[in-house]
Amino acid sequence: MQMLEVNNLSISFNQYTKGLRQQKLNVISSLDISLKKGEIMAVVGASGSGKSLLAHAILGILPTNSQMSGTIKYKGELLTPERQAKLRGKDIALIPQSVNFLDPLMHVGKQVEASAKKVDKQNAKAIRQSVFERLHLDENVAEMYPYQLSGGMARRVLLATAIASDAELIIADEPTPGLDPGVIEEALKSFRELADKGHTVMFITHDIEAALSIADKIAVFYAGTTVEIAKTKDFNGSGKKLRHPYSKALWQALPQNEFIPREGSQPYPSNLPPGCLYAPRCELATDACLQGQPEMRELREGMVRCIHAT
Amino acid sequence: MMDASKIETQNNRQTNFGFNRRQKTIMIIVLASILLISVVLGGIFIDENRIATNLTARNLMPSFEYLFGTDWLGRDMFARTLMGLTLSIGVGLIGALGSAIIALILGMIAATMGKVADNIISWLIDLFLSVPHLVILILISFMFGGGFKGIVVGLMLTHWPSLARVVRAEVMQVRSAEYVQVSLRMGKSRSWIAVHHILPHLIPQVLIGFVLLFPHVILHEAAVTFLGLGLSPHEPAIGIILSESMKYLSSGMWWLAFFPGLSLLLIVRAFDSIGSNLHKFIDPSSANE
Amino acid sequence: MQLEAKNISFRYDNGPWLFKELNLTVNRGEIVGLTGVSGRGKTTLCRILAGLENPLEGKVLVNEQTISKREYHPVQLIFQHPEKAVNPKWKMKKTLYEGWNVDEKYLNLLGIEHQWLDRWPNELSGGELQRFCILRALGPKTQFLIADEMTTMLDAVTQAQIWDAILKVVKERNMGLLIVSHNPELIEKLCHRVIEL
Repeated sequence: MQMLEVNNLSISFNQYTKGLRQQKLNVISSLDISLKKGEIMAVVGASGSGKSLLAHAILGILPTNSQMSGTIKYKGELLTPERQAKLRGKDIALIPQSVNFLDPLMHVGKQVEASAKKVDKQNAKAIRQSVFERLHLDENVAEMYPYQLSGGMARRVLLATAIASDAELIIADEPTPGLDPGVIEEALKSFRELADKGHTVMFITHDIEAALSIADKIAVFYAGTTVEIAKTKDFNGSGKKLRHPYSKALWQALPQNEFIPREGSQPYPSNLPPGCLYAPRCELATDACLQGQPEMRELREGMVRCIHAT
Repeated sequence: MMDASKIETQNNRQTNFGFNRRQKTIMIIVLASILLISVVLGGIFIDENRIATNLTARNLMPSFEYLFGTDWLGRDMFARTLMGLTLSIGVGLIGALGSAIIALILGMIAATMGKVADNIISWLIDLFLSVPHLVILILISFMFGGGFKGIVVGLMLTHWPSLARVVRAEVMQVRSAEYVQVSLRMGKSRSWIAVHHILPHLIPQVLIGFVLLFPHVILHEAAVTFLGLGLSPHEPAIGIILSESMKYLSSGMWWLAFFPGLSLLLIVRAFDSIGSNLHKFIDPSSANE
Repeated sequence: MQLEAKNISFRYDNGPWLFKELNLTVNRGEIVGLTGVSGRGKTTLCRILAGLENPLEGKVLVNEQTISKREYHPVQLIFQHPEKAVNPKWKMKKTLYEGWNVDEKYLNLLGIEHQWLDRWPNELSGGELQRFCILRALGPKTQFLIADEMTTMLDAVTQAQIWDAILKVVKERNMGLLIVSHNPELIEKLCHRVIEL
């Protein structure tokens, strides 16, 4: 069953340039992804590639100076703003990037129990305790207020809130920075277990290794759109099975691989190149690449947005 | 591509009359400023004879000749109101400026001169904020012998605490920022950091704080003067006009209080909207709407 | 020529000791990795070495001398979040030239484009800002660099670009480099030796 389908999503912002003129910035353009029930999809890409905005669009929490077009369907039905408001926090949970999302006036244990109560009223405390244990949070942390937590602890509490909530779709927006490898491993393991129990997870990260360790498939983002959707096992060896040149570049840039520093940087929404967005940095680029943004097409059981990919 | 289920969300749902938010903001600021400037210019250059006693034109209802009517001595209420407002804006300017300077100095001292200074100043801020403005204002202005000097000193000494708190918080935040630590390790002096790193963060805050202090100061001045503890009865202040007109309200001369009161309200609103629109400009969370 | 921590101990207020009588040396031309579970005070140690914090006991020596707080510190620290390490009210040009008169060749080496100099910090990405922070710290008096999770928030390609550039500079100038990272592969790839805290 398709849990989430995003079709032809575009998001733009109104921004003031100089003085009083407004400029429309296309931060996400013609983006498609879909997630099946029980699946973990990792969304990887550089900062500014539109990963977090996708999460915010799904939850309906985009800032007010933005416009969105395209469709987002949840369980086959269109996600309207009303439906988003109803599902938010119950069926769809966000693990936000910023720890400011915790309620500053409430014991963190209570906050986690509150989301566990939606699942099992009687055993909320027990659920909270087991989640805390998994994430190496001391029992006395439950009695603390957010301001008393270190960055890493606050992050783990956010994770605990989502894990305890039993939401059907969990969107984790960069949940791992600042955590120890051990805790990251536990957190990732609990995502995997949730998925095996039938939950669906969208894992947004810039850390390919973390993504590879749990995801079923990987969506690679570049400059506001998907350039490739690949199976996890395609990220292997020298990256020959990968379809898009940018995915290959990411893979080869890892220190345990070849650590290749490919030149150039992701273009800005205000200054997007014509045609393929990766063309200015691409070794394979030809005149045909400048003619227009390539469509997403199927290739070897994955998807790619490149005319040269084989 | 026309998809039947395609949804377009336009989050910016305000009625804008074809202007974007920033243009609207600027227009409001400009209009309010024009209003204030014309009041001040009007108050300064108006013919003094219009407020001279004219017993042939007493107690007239508002008309085209006397826009706001005349009082029991035949003085033109429009002219009196303009002069009163000009005086109010003048007092407000000095009061707000003085308060803003006190706030800036005390806020910076609290944030940079160590724990003892901080404790004392924070205690002072709490003290002033816990007692109603008007009470302290009356006390101070009484202590300084009332009149113009008393009220101005009183206004300056009572309106700084909330802005001082903002300044203190801002300085503390910037002071501990990583870029300031980097600057220190590059051998920059504390005064260099205060001028180059901290001041640029304070200027917008103090500027907005200053403009937003204005309406408070003006209203409090009018209130204290109305109570007879502020400016002397010879001055054409709005507070004086209002308190004098009280006696004549019962005889049906509603215009004596109505127009001056309304004008005062307009001026206060004008300052308030300048301040809050400036704030919208500078606040990054709403700057791009 | 070396950066040396001699018997340093530190704790915050009356909290538990983060480390006691710790000794550590980084020689010039050497790349040293620093790893360990979080909460052990890696970041605090970096701050002490760079003179941002004073140890409660012991001392930090550069070339056998203590460093005055008032002059340019020969040990410069690069932070994890570049957006916090630049003044948001300054154009990038001012930030870059704050410490020294930057040599043109380094702009190219670090991949900083000239048009970025006239931008505000919020108009640049994390990777681009981090290049500025690195270059700002490379003044002529800098002898040692400390990179505290410098590339943790960056994608793999940008990470590789930045390390490639910094290694070139460190080699050319014969600087010492202390790298703090959670990523064992990165430490293994870059460092001559590793210290576990």
